[in-house]
Amino acid sequence: MLEIKDLCVKLAEEEKQILKGVDLTIGDGQVHAIMGPNGSGKSTLSYVLSGKGGYTVTGGSARLDGDDLLGMDPEDRAAAGLFLAFQYPVEIPGVGNMTFLRTAVNSQRKNRGEAELSAAEFLKVIRKKAKTLKIDAEMLKRPVNVGFSGGEKKRNEILQMAMLEPKMCVLDETDSGLDVDAMKLVSEGVNALRNGKRSFLVITHYQRLLDHIKPDVVHIMAAGRIVKTGGPDLALEVEKNGYADILKEVA
Amino acid sequence: MALAKIKQDATAERLAGLTLPEGAGWASAARKDAVARLRQSGLPGRRDEYWKYTDPASLAQAGAIPAAPFPTEESIVFGQIDRLKIVFRDGVFDAAASDDLAMDGIEIERLCEAVQKDIHWAQEYFGVLEMRGQTPVERPLAALNTGFASDGVVIRVTGKPTRPVSLIYLHDNETSDAILHHVIRVEEGAALTLLENGPAAARLNKVLEVDVAARGAFRHIRAQGRDPERRAVTHIFGRIERDSLFKSFTLTANGAMTRNDVVLEITGDNAVAHVAGAALGDGDFHHDDTVFITHDAIGGESRQVFKKVLRNGATGVFQGKILVKDGAQKTDGYQISQALLLDGDSQFLAKPELEIYADDVACSHGSTSGEIDDDALFYLRSRGVPEATAQDLLTRAFLAEVIDEIDDPVIADDLLERLGAWLQRRG
Repeated sequence: MLEIKDLCVKLAEEEKQILKGVDLTIGDGQVHAIMGPNGSGKSTLSYVLSGKGGYTVTGGSARLDGDDLLGMDPEDRAAAGLFLAFQYPVEIPGVGNMTFLRTAVNSQRKNRGEAELSAAEFLKVIRKKAKTLKIDAEMLKRPVNVGFSGGEKKRNEILQMAMLEPKMCVLDETDSGLDVDAMKLVSEGVNALRNGKRSFLVITHYQRLLDHIKPDVVHIMAAGRIVKTGGPDLALEVEKNGYADILKEVA
Repeated sequence: MALAKIKQDATAERLAGLTLPEGAGWASAARKDAVARLRQSGLPGRRDEYWKYTDPASLAQAGAIPAAPFPTEESIVFGQIDRLKIVFRDGVFDAAASDDLAMDGIEIERLCEAVQKDIHWAQEYFGVLEMRGQTPVERPLAALNTGFASDGVVIRVTGKPTRPVSLIYLHDNETSDAILHHVIRVEEGAALTLLENGPAAARLNKVLEVDVAARGAFRHIRAQGRDPERRAVTHIFGRIERDSLFKSFTLTANGAMTRNDVVLEITGDNAVAHVAGAALGDGDFHHDDTVFITHDAIGGESRQVFKKVLRNGATGVFQGKILVKDGAQKTDGYQISQALLLDGDSQFLAKPELEIYADDVACSHGSTSGEIDDDALFYLRSRGVPEATAQDLLTRAFLAEVIDEIDDPVIADDLLERLGAWLQRRG
């Protein structure tokens, strides 16, 4: 599904290397988690994969089902099946959530040469999916993320994911700012999307989220590299001992 | 102070090319007065404070710069709305293309016919509101208009007509130089919605005088024509009395040069005046909104909301003033002007002014100019929305607030849908 090889990235505006050779391969239907201390490059990895400006790739590659992601515009990456759930979802005053979602769904369909969904078809699908995430009609009508609570914003991210049906989902600290109940709701939303074809990369600081979204593989990232890879137990180890021991071990 | 020689010469040259219309009837006196005012002030020049950001030369000079009519397949602005149509073609009333002017609750006459009647209500207003609007700032192009306007309508609203009155300005002749003058009186408790659309001429000089009596309501929505080369200077002079409502909204897209002056006087207590505008400029586009609202009564509310989207070197100007006179207590004045600059070549010049002589008022103003928000753009693109579509969505969102100023949702939707199409046709 996703194959990242020796990915090196620096800030576009300054000579600061953030990713220093990331290698990561995620198979179809797998859930991988990346943990790591602040400033290790986790969020940068998610932004570079989705095509955010401000970064320069200085080496390596990232392929989604063989296609070179790094050469594509953000919208083409999305149409190819990549989705990033933002750590800080952006507020867009003046654009209704529903209009936004329908434009996104139909833009992707058009990009892939598929027929666009009619307003009625779209409404039917979104109502059903919104309901399971406890997103009411009012939230769909409001401008994108404007006045949403932290939990509502994250639920809205998962709703977008459910509507867009990507094959590779990157979740950037989706647990940040969530209370226990909201985390459960969001995790259920994610778990409902898990299947043998769809893969996930879950970026988090805390093991807690991984109790809900059970990963197949856990990576530890530090100073721009993946320094250790293991099973779900690795997350428990971090939770218990912190990163210091692991970093010492690999140093 | 004597007028500078250069201004005297320019004014003389302009006047030489104009003749007072024949059969001016009772309007003769007002027209002669207006010409005298113009001689005294002279035509505006670039060095006049009020024209600091807009070069008036092409609006003031003796001949109009030719402008080719813009062929378009688009549906007509307000075409879906049931309205009473009054058509002017290159500044001349077109009876054949217009509807029957009779409607319940309203009297509509052509200016040239109204002036022939011995006694006429419009005599009290023609050139009068324009003259009042000459202080404290001179508006010579409006005086020129009163002096030499060649056509127009006078409208007296006595009830609540069921349909809006729609003034349609067609432009066929590429050298047309039109001067139009309309007078509107909304009587006590009466209400009118006035629509205006179309490019009108290669060059248009238009004055609209509007007097709204107590408890009257005047709603005005205009869409200025899309001809990329057309030029226009327009003035609205309004006086609104107790408990009345005045709302004016203007959408401008394209046009080489547009100067829209709105001069309002709130003379009765608890009256409400809202003036709003959306402008979309691409390339050779200079657009100037100049607004002057005077509060001369208690409890008045005024609101100015202007937004402009500029690209490819387009220029937007906003000069907005709120003057609160001594004694106009409990005035609530608000003013905002914002520009979205889609590239580094475009510019927005704003001059907000508050002048307040009453001590119990609430007045606020703000002005911003900026680019499309990168984070919002990336968020949309990361969801698969192509860059151009994402920009259009964000641009429409920017303008949506000002379209919201229109009360009638059907009219607002007509303009909003148009914005979508106009934004998509870039370049």
